[in-house]
Amino acid sequence: MSSDLLEQKSPPVPRVITTKPRFTDKVFRAVVTSGGMVSLVLLGLIGFFLIYNGFEAIQNAGLSFLTGFDWADAIPEIDQPAMYGVGAMLFGTIVTGILAMLFGVPIAVGTALFLSYYAPEWLKKPMVVVVDVMAAIPSIVYGLWGFFVLMPHAEYWAKLIHKYLSFIPIFDMPAPVFTRSPFIAGLVLAIMIMPIITAISREVFAQTPPERIQAAYALGATKWSMIKAVVFPYGRGGVVGGAMLGLGRALGETVAVYTVLNLVYDIRIEILLSSGGNVASMIVNKFGEADFVELQALMAAGFVLFIVTLIVNFIANFIINKTARE
Amino acid sequence: MSQTQIAVKPTRPWKLTFRDLVPDLAGALFTVFGSLAIVAITPLKGKLGFTFTLITLAIITATTVSWIRKDRKAAMNSTTTVLVYIASAFVIIPLLSILYEVVRLGVSGFSLRIFTEDMSVTASDTDLNEGGLLHAVIGTAYIVFFATILSTPIGILTALYIVEVKGRLSGLVRFFVQAMSGVPSIVAGLFIFAFWMIQMGNAYSGIAGGFALTVLMIPTVARTSEEVLKLIPQDLREAGLALGATQWRTVATVVIPAAKSGLVTAIILGIARVVGETAPLLITIGGADAINLNPLEGNMSAFPMYVWKNLLIGSPNAISRAWLGLFVLMVLVLIFFAAARYFSSARRRFK
Repeated sequence: MSSDLLEQKSPPVPRVITTKPRFTDKVFRAVVTSGGMVSLVLLGLIGFFLIYNGFEAIQNAGLSFLTGFDWADAIPEIDQPAMYGVGAMLFGTIVTGILAMLFGVPIAVGTALFLSYYAPEWLKKPMVVVVDVMAAIPSIVYGLWGFFVLMPHAEYWAKLIHKYLSFIPIFDMPAPVFTRSPFIAGLVLAIMIMPIITAISREVFAQTPPERIQAAYALGATKWSMIKAVVFPYGRGGVVGGAMLGLGRALGETVAVYTVLNLVYDIRIEILLSSGGNVASMIVNKFGEADFVELQALMAAGFVLFIVTLIVNFIANFIINKTARE
Repeated sequence: MSQTQIAVKPTRPWKLTFRDLVPDLAGALFTVFGSLAIVAITPLKGKLGFTFTLITLAIITATTVSWIRKDRKAAMNSTTTVLVYIASAFVIIPLLSILYEVVRLGVSGFSLRIFTEDMSVTASDTDLNEGGLLHAVIGTAYIVFFATILSTPIGILTALYIVEVKGRLSGLVRFFVQAMSGVPSIVAGLFIFAFWMIQMGNAYSGIAGGFALTVLMIPTVARTSEEVLKLIPQDLREAGLALGATQWRTVATVVIPAAKSGLVTAIILGIARVVGETAPLLITIGGADAINLNPLEGNMSAFPMYVWKNLLIGSPNAISRAWLGLFVLMVLVLIFFAAARYFSSARRRFK
């Protein structure tokens, strides 16, 4: 009997302790990792297929694909080769993008400040919803609204600006056509990018250390002195990053710009004139009747747009991430 | 025993009294009536003139009053306060205008009949009591369905990779997903055209539109899911692992159920983001006037496509049809938006 007891008390064989993942975990990790790589692969494939299909167009045109501002099919009768250059459209894209930033950024940052420091509690929530809803509205809605509702007003504003400020070259008018101008496209784009800039600025402002805000108030600062001394230095990176994110959206916008902008293959600095450009809307505009050669050029234009927006987004996200981490 | 308790009434010296409000009120009244007077007397006319005068006068009044009562710093503070209020008004006005115009111009042609007819026997120019957008309903349903079933697993797996597996590339993946959400929608369409049409030799179809929207939907789903997974307390994971569960079991039986409503929010937000996308559909689905029940073959329509087509035709009835399409599209977007908010508030309650 005693031997039985002894036998029972002998310690069980210890479990092998290992950090090696089990088979199911290996499968799990493999599946999740390959799923996570899809975005990387997709992004690479987008670039690859666009340049693969557009390479010939870029090769034929060389550097003039970026600088040339003609978009003309070949005319065999007079031996004129096809000339495809996105220069004018690229210039127009940048002009409308800058205008959108000029109109949109101050208002968006002001709204972010309002939501963070000025708004009474009862107004805060509905305002945040308003900004979120604006971000969710499809661009075609902005396009139609811009064309049918905003344009009559904006045309009048443009006429006033021209009347009183025409001595400044960019407000000059060679021909009195005020509709579908870069000015109006800039206004519509500004309204479209305001929500994202507001959201990011607000996020950054919310991270301002409250003890520094209290310290500023304790030293007798007014609200504005506090914002100038604490909030802006702290959140500057976020505001810049948010603005660039908005710029990226504005550069790539297609449908809204197509409806409110008159595409003309020309470089003009008169922003009130009905003549402008935008690479994305040009692609939609030319896509329908494009032959194979022109299609290649459109693919190349898409590649240029892809790279430009990617770079802007990279820089924007880099700045935002850096600000958020500090 | 007849001692009366003297409760000291708390004083709130910071609370604004009526006397403090008088100058503000007087300033506001002066601004409004002053602008009205200026508009009436000077050549500045109309709504624009009034708005312009009102803003200028508001800034001047607020600044001068503060300067006289206090000092330069207070004046600066008043100026910026007025500016900040004006800025937020400029954000609200466009949204209200958009909602108002979409309802005003879109609701007149609305009836339930439009969900039972397509445009195969109706010209866009005819009166709005003929024809409907059933073909667009079916097209959008197919396209969004494909985009959702493709991007949901990819988006959630990406989020799991960043948050749970934390592989060597997770920082890079996170950064690229952020960048991907900025890819212009037209580029996504061109990519699908280059890959699915030129390379694989397919024609316009509903599924091609679904592919294009997938590219745009993945970043939204991935980023929202990532944020949701990060909110799940680390204790839950450690508890699961401490009970001897493998990582797979922990994620599948603890993390995902805890994050369920958040993940649903992510998917709905993704749908809301892509349901109104127009540009990629213009070059992938071809557009159609008749119902096409086969998403794998043949031209397909969708709400944005329907709006676009009627906008380009441009006759008054066609424009009315475009607004009608926009109205239905906006209602759809707002429903998805409200659903996303409902699910995300459900998550907050759970926490």
